Amino acid sequence: MASSIEVSDLRKRYGRTVALDGMSFTVRPGHVTGFVGPNGAGKSTTMRVVLGLAAPDGGTALVGGVPYRTLRRPLTHVGALLDAGALQPSRSARNHLLWLAHSQGLATRRVDEVLEQAGLGEVRRRRAGGFSLGMRQQLGIAAALLGDPPILMLDEPFNGLDPEGIVWMRGLLGTLAAQDRAVLVSSHLMSELQHIAAHVVIVGRGKVLADTTMSELLAASPGEGAGSLEDAYFALTRDAVEFRGEAAR
Amino acid sequence: MSDFGRLVRAEWTKFRTVRGWVLGTVAAALVTVLLGLFVASNSHSVCSKGTVDVECPTSPVGPDGQPVRDKFYFVHQPLAGDGAITVRVTSMTGLITYPPPDHDEIVPGLVEWAKAGVIVKDGTAEGSRYVALMVTAKHGVRMQHDFVHDTAGKPGAVSADAPRWLRLTRVGDTLTGEESADGASWTSVGTAQLAGTVEIGLFVTSPSDLTVHGGVGGGGFQARLAKATATFDSVGLTGTAPGGDWLRDDIGVEPNPDGTLHHPGSVEEAGGVMTVSGNGDIAPLTGESGPAIQLALIGLVIGLIVVIVVAALFITTELRRGVIGVTLLASPRRGRVLAAKAVVLGAVTFVAGTAAAALVIPLAWAALRSNGFRQPGVPLPTIARVALEAGLLVAGAALLALGLGALLRRGLAAVGIAVAVVVLPYLAAVVGGLPTAASEWLLRLTPAAAFAIQQVTPEYAHVLASYTPGSGYYPLPAWGGLAVMAGYAALALGLASARLRRSDA
Repeated sequence: MASSIEVSDLRKRYGRTVALDGMSFTVRPGHVTGFVGPNGAGKSTTMRVVLGLAAPDGGTALVGGVPYRTLRRPLTHVGALLDAGALQPSRSARNHLLWLAHSQGLATRRVDEVLEQAGLGEVRRRRAGGFSLGMRQQLGIAAALLGDPPILMLDEPFNGLDPEGIVWMRGLLGTLAAQDRAVLVSSHLMSELQHIAAHVVIVGRGKVLADTTMSELLAASPGEGAGSLEDAYFALTRDAVEFRGEAAR
Repeated sequence: MSDFGRLVRAEWTKFRTVRGWVLGTVAAALVTVLLGLFVASNSHSVCSKGTVDVECPTSPVGPDGQPVRDKFYFVHQPLAGDGAITVRVTSMTGLITYPPPDHDEIVPGLVEWAKAGVIVKDGTAEGSRYVALMVTAKHGVRMQHDFVHDTAGKPGAVSADAPRWLRLTRVGDTLTGEESADGASWTSVGTAQLAGTVEIGLFVTSPSDLTVHGGVGGGGFQARLAKATATFDSVGLTGTAPGGDWLRDDIGVEPNPDGTLHHPGSVEEAGGVMTVSGNGDIAPLTGESGPAIQLALIGLVIGLIVVIVVAALFITTELRRGVIGVTLLASPRRGRVLAAKAVVLGAVTFVAGTAAAALVIPLAWAALRSNGFRQPGVPLPTIARVALEAGLLVAGAALLALGLGALLRRGLAAVGIAVAVVVLPYLAAVVGGLPTAASEWLLRLTPAAAFAIQQVTPEYAHVLASYTPGSGYYPLPAWGGLAVMAGYAALALGLASARLRRSDA
């Protein structure tokens, strides 16, 4: 299980709010796994728990068979994009990647490689504080790719990208999966995911509602003929959304 | 490279790639140097005799290079080899000019360290080596040598009813001091070394009467002339030329502009009884040795504030911008992240602080000398010691601010608290007009205790002086003050580390 994410029975509350309620799924290498669900369903919390940023109240999360916190050079095992805004604004894009590279014992050359790969070669010396959201996403992707990790976890990678950027991201995700990496992508862009994800995990209210291949999901979709991820999603998450509505009252 | 080594390198890359932090650190060092130089070049020492300005006198220097006061009345004969002097002191009286509370009359009395006794001295030059055995007004019999060494004999003052016998014997290079109540049964006080041809005889001197008071601007002290007079009889001398004449020297006396001597001492001899008067002291110079380290390092107060701001921002911007999340992805072991930050920040600020102090002390001193200050300079090893400790002081303040920033997660609060506990107590103690006791407690209990690194002259138990923070004397030794600062920094970092490990990022 060198390149997999295994989440099993994760539980977490924030005060009286249940964020994770027995979340369990496995992300396997070789394809993109879509991670979808309404806001507040626990997608980001799950990722943060997997990455050791948040502690679960129960359950386990393993990357490559081990807890993230035990990895010695974690960025060479898992690349993650969580919050593209997490930058020191006065530091240049290149220097942002440079300290990350130094923390993993990676060569400076690797920084320039991923900057080119993410399309930021031209602006490498510019202050990251002046970057558009799209450029910050690209920088976040560059950071995730820095350690050439077999596992990638990307939270809303399409946010802020222009059409060219979306095409680039689509191609990149396909390439990464083809390189036999495990790629988990959360997104609200159903049509985008439908085309690039071979597997999909749909979550609501802190637990998994569906964990299946894209083709099976589409085949079982309520619509006539060729279904869409969007239809399946709405069918599955209706309860979760209604539940949230009641709770809000 | 080890895991931790990579982390330290990453934190160093983080630090050096934010221009504001680097410039801030350089500015802190620069402001420390420039302020010290500015104040030094605007400080002038002017000395006058009557109405005539003269070059300020240079203090004599003792055997170890320290500035000393060497002023006393000396009645003596040369001694080439072995020998001894024995005397009986039958009285000791004195005058104090215009003491408090009214400062309106000259009163009889002795200051507590007024001295009278026997002495063997390497010539009559001020600052030359000596060994002396003496009675004092309030501290009993003492054996002192070479200004800084003091050994207590029996307590008690001298009077006609309770005279005191003193004997100083040289055999080879070793001098032995003995005291006796009756001239028959002797008690050893101590021994000391002094070789070569020496002058052996009687001496009397008395330090000034001193009042130390706190006050805004560091307070100050008043010194009033005091003189002592002692009566010696049964003077016995061996080892000197038979029938030799007593030589008289008013060591260290200053001439007045009209050629007379300023407060001269005296000796009267009648029927084997010698009555000697003198004023001055044979002692290391203390608070009066003039501005030195504290003045040169005056800019440290501002430099520290700048360093505190940089140190707090080093962690709080990372927390506020969410960069800490990225950091913890790169290094999930959280205690180590804070430790690596502390290593980098500590090293950077230590270098900046050391460099600034090492630069400003000699430069400020040169400026002071060209402005008429004549105190002997601070020796190089002392400058090196103070510079390194100044680096530790700056690093300690930076780590405290780092800990507070990580703990409170707010830059402004961290800076405010760090300045309030590091800089303000120091200013309050040194220039704030607090009573000396309050100042000293502030400099024991707060991180400002680390400013004790500025003290370069020790406090001497046998010299009464203005031992106040304002004059450069601290209640804790340098290492003790630094330990207090380190304790606070460790506490803040420890709490911050616990918070970081506990909470979700």
